[in-house]
Amino acid sequence: MKKLINDPNQVVKEMIEGMILAHPEKLRNIEGTSVIVRKDAPVNGKVGIVSGGGSGHEPSHAGYVGKGMLDAAVCGEVFTSPTPDQVYEAIKAVDSGKGVLLVIKNYTGDVMNFEMAAEMAEAEGIKVAKVVVNDDVAVENSTYTTGRRGIAGTVFVHKIAGAKAAQGASLEEVEAVANKTIQNVRSMGMALTPCTVPAAGKPGFELGENEMEIGMGIHGEPGIEKTELKPADEVAEILTTKILEDLQLQKGDKVAVMVNGLGATPVMELYIINRKVSQMLSERGIQVHETFVGNYMTSLEMAGCSVTLLKLDDELTELLDSESDTLAFKK
Amino acid sequence: MDITITKVKNWILQLNEKIQDEKMYLTELDQAIGDGDHGLNMARGFEEAVNRIDQGDFHDLGQLFKTVAMALLSKVGGASGPLYGTVFMKMSSTLNGKSEVSIKEFSQALKDGLDGLKMRGKAEVGEKTMVDVWEPVVRYLLDSEKIDTKEIKSLAKMRMESTKDLEAKKGRASYLGKRSIGHIDPGSRSSYLFFATLADAIDQGESAE
Repeated sequence: MKKLINDPNQVVKEMIEGMILAHPEKLRNIEGTSVIVRKDAPVNGKVGIVSGGGSGHEPSHAGYVGKGMLDAAVCGEVFTSPTPDQVYEAIKAVDSGKGVLLVIKNYTGDVMNFEMAAEMAEAEGIKVAKVVVNDDVAVENSTYTTGRRGIAGTVFVHKIAGAKAAQGASLEEVEAVANKTIQNVRSMGMALTPCTVPAAGKPGFELGENEMEIGMGIHGEPGIEKTELKPADEVAEILTTKILEDLQLQKGDKVAVMVNGLGATPVMELYIINRKVSQMLSERGIQVHETFVGNYMTSLEMAGCSVTLLKLDDELTELLDSESDTLAFKK
Repeated sequence: MDITITKVKNWILQLNEKIQDEKMYLTELDQAIGDGDHGLNMARGFEEAVNRIDQGDFHDLGQLFKTVAMALLSKVGGASGPLYGTVFMKMSSTLNGKSEVSIKEFSQALKDGLDGLKMRGKAEVGEKTMVDVWEPVVRYLLDSEKIDTKEIKSLAKMRMESTKDLEAKKGRASYLGKRSIGHIDPGSRSSYLFFATLADAIDQGESAE
């Protein structure tokens, strides 16, 4: 494995240190934890927003800590949910008395650890609300699985919930708009190559020279279907069609689009994917309010992408358009 | 066949050794149907558990189990952290204030651990999880007049191996649907190690490692 690291067991700690050194005016690290917090937290009169998960998805989630988005991000070990004590420290650091919203991606580990942290915080008298993001359409939502996964659509939840909180809304209002975002956002991803967790030393799975995996999650776990390599337009079609079917978008609907790189895919290729996505939407009379192309929620050095569509109404549009100042999402 | 502080300490030490030995194997099992971190997470957590119990002087089984629980909860992460953390926490409550218990009392603590496991993870038997090993072994312990440690080991091993043919209904493996068949569940492997080393520790004398 070829990586630009030192000791594989120290990657998260060293990343956090490097990040704080790069952006000391915006971020700080809670001593003895892997929590990155807004420099000025807790912000008076505002609901605090905490998210996080396994590391390896940068800029998710610390890249979204700042004005108008998250107040804190908890960095677990690579691809591993953070522990309850860490999330609990984050909750305490951002609560100004108006309560804290946890934005949790739908993975068994994330849900359990964040839940346990919420229990701990509530026992201390902090009001905590939780939303679970499950935007991935690759897996059927059934009683026979653990539910749909949370992937790049989570970034829109951070943005919209963060904007609502910045307006001074109550915890209930922020939770409601976060849930509305979750109900209106859908994503699907694919991979050309696997990635390697530093401490594991070898890739999570194998893909042949002429193979790709559709319906990838973001943790290096195998996806839904392995197929032979297809051109970008076909890939864009497969991903976008599934999302359109699920969201039941009609002519005249308005969306925000995200074409997200998983880490190793050149920006050039992401734009090629967007070309087809944009054409498909135009053919169906769906209006694109804004497009985001780049690395928003990666999977170490996986090559591949995900497409996300967020169906917009007036409220979501206003919140999406509002100001934010974070490393990876500036308005 | 009493369960003493020394026996439990020896058990945890040996469990940690097994987990360290099998770190890569557990990782491989988890790469096949998960995200490949089970071995790494468990190794990290149990190493911390051993550090904390080595440093402590314990007279109360409840305290001993609580120390292990907190170490796991803060170091394992993922789904295994809350699951194993909850198991040890529940056992800690049941064994609170006791310095030694009979195997029957200990079996009840394991039952409480299993109830905690099922409450936290919401799994039942047949879903290709830790519960597939835990439930039958705990059942055996509660139902048997006389407990045979060899039986604990072989039952745990058999149940672990039987997860191979199950389709996962919980956790990351559930996204794979039928592709999860043909692979042993990593949590069932670590659960087998849990019970196998426990059986060995019960058999051993009182000598500290």
